[in-house]
Amino acid sequence: MTEQPRNRRMEVSEASKPILPRHARLKFDETRQVWVILAPERVLAPDEIAVEILQLCDGARSVADIVELLTAKYNAPRADIVTDVIAMLQDLADKGFLTQAREAAP
Amino acid sequence: MSRLIQDAAITDASPVVQDSPVVQDSLAVLERTRSTAETYGIPLAVLAELTHRCPLQCPYCSNPVELDRTNSELTTDEWKKVLSELAEIGVLQIHFSGGEPAARKDLVELVQHATDVGLYSNLITSAVLLTRDRLAALADAGLCHVQISFQGNEPVVADRVGGYRGGHAKKLDVARWTRALDLPLTVNAVMHRQNLHQLADIIQMAVDLDADRLEVANVQYYGWALKNRAALMPTIEQIDDTTRIVEDARMRLKGVLDIDFVVPDYYALRPKKCMGGWGRQFFNISPAGKVLPCHAAETITGLDFESVRSNHSIAWIWQNSEAFNRYRGTGWMPEPCQSCAFKEIDFGGCRCQAFALTGDAGNTDPACTLSPHHAEIFKVAEAESSAGADRFLYRNFKGGTLEPQDEARQDISNGR
Ligand code: SF4
Ligand code: SF4
Repeated sequence: MTEQPRNRRMEVSEASKPILPRHARLKFDETRQVWVILAPERVLAPDEIAVEILQLCDGARSVADIVELLTAKYNAPRADIVTDVIAMLQDLADKGFLTQAREAAP
Repeated sequence: MSRLIQDAAITDASPVVQDSPVVQDSLAVLERTRSTAETYGIPLAVLAELTHRCPLQCPYCSNPVELDRTNSELTTDEWKKVLSELAEIGVLQIHFSGGEPAARKDLVELVQHATDVGLYSNLITSAVLLTRDRLAALADAGLCHVQISFQGNEPVVADRVGGYRGGHAKKLDVARWTRALDLPLTVNAVMHRQNLHQLADIIQMAVDLDADRLEVANVQYYGWALKNRAALMPTIEQIDDTTRIVEDARMRLKGVLDIDFVVPDYYALRPKKCMGGWGRQFFNISPAGKVLPCHAAETITGLDFESVRSNHSIAWIWQNSEAFNRYRGTGWMPEPCQSCAFKEIDFGGCRCQAFALTGDAGNTDPACTLSPHHAEIFKVAEAESSAGADRFLYRNFKGGTLEPQDEARQDISNGR
């Protein structure tokens, strides 16, 4: 019989190096003057901070790196920022709109 | 910081699929500013029906019975101009559909143009005309998402419903190529009495194909489907089973496969909010360039739809044309809708269905239990569903061809 398929969604941790997959496009909508994420049959509206985080998700930086940048910028406790960044990214991953960078060949 | 990030939760501003449970009226975020369309914001997504040509002949096809001929289709340049204009006025996603969009020789060129002007492109296809090379070319041109229609989970039923031999096997190939190219895949399955027994297997097929989404769509009874209603109408028992199967699969496949499903409205108490309401969130461009409130709107005779070939802009047509304004909002509604608490929730249901079943698109959708036509129509539907008239009238440019009466075929259709 067919095995139960594995969960295709990624688990976001501090070590993950997240990036938007090609089918999830972060774009500034000139008409409505808001940032949007375009995805299959969906348009999502991230707010400013989510956009800032997503712009740092380049597949090279780890979540820990991103947290460090934000901690410095906002001068806020690291623990809070970790929780919030992971929660936001996991939410996106659960919808299928976040992926991991493949291990780059040296 | 913490507070700011909590606000940062990604919100579903507006899922653009119509007819699906994900349509919630949460347009608020994106409707805050309405620079182009003052009264009715320009839709986030538009359906471009590139052609009515299609090698398949599904008896429930949502194209009008009066199909647009090849020589009336917009040219490559006309479509490109349309795409540029859509992007300019604020449309974000384009759905290339048909008929079969791959029947257009310029499909890759049009997808490339959509990409160039910044549109996110979805391909809604029956898949049978695609080759691996062409799909790869579409991916290179920036195609973002592929939706493939399936008529069943195996070739006997599926090829009979589509009226196209070898179609099912071809669809499976194209679905695999889609995933191999790392494009997200939606499996679209239109369900009716003669394939509902395959639903559990269709769900498994979608999982095996590594699809991201499954749309379990129910036939809407206008146009071709109305001509085939006796052959398509599900029984009440089937609908009960369906709901159970879908609910079970949704739980079991959480994180694996998203399933969209709405109870077919002949068997619901209230109609669905068709297209999110007439002229509210969506429009469609027909092969000949007519701008329509939905893909089936041309089944309503007596409404005049403006064309992109007219000297009006698309935004003007959306905001001002008579056809869009006729059934917008709630002012047009007769009783029982006018004094009903649900009028802003379902907008009185589907205009095409109201027209098809009562002869007047301005009536309450008879799918509503409060419609004076409901009882009678429901009774007919129920009777049809159990009468066992399984023969199809296939969709084509000749106005339809009746399925040959062949013993073998009859056996297949009764084999549930
Ligand atoms: S419903 Fe069937 S016949 Fe109609 S366009 Fe789609 S694949 Fe073709
Ligand atoms: S009467 Fe009209 S508004 Fe009320 S539930 Fe029925 S269709 Fe909807």
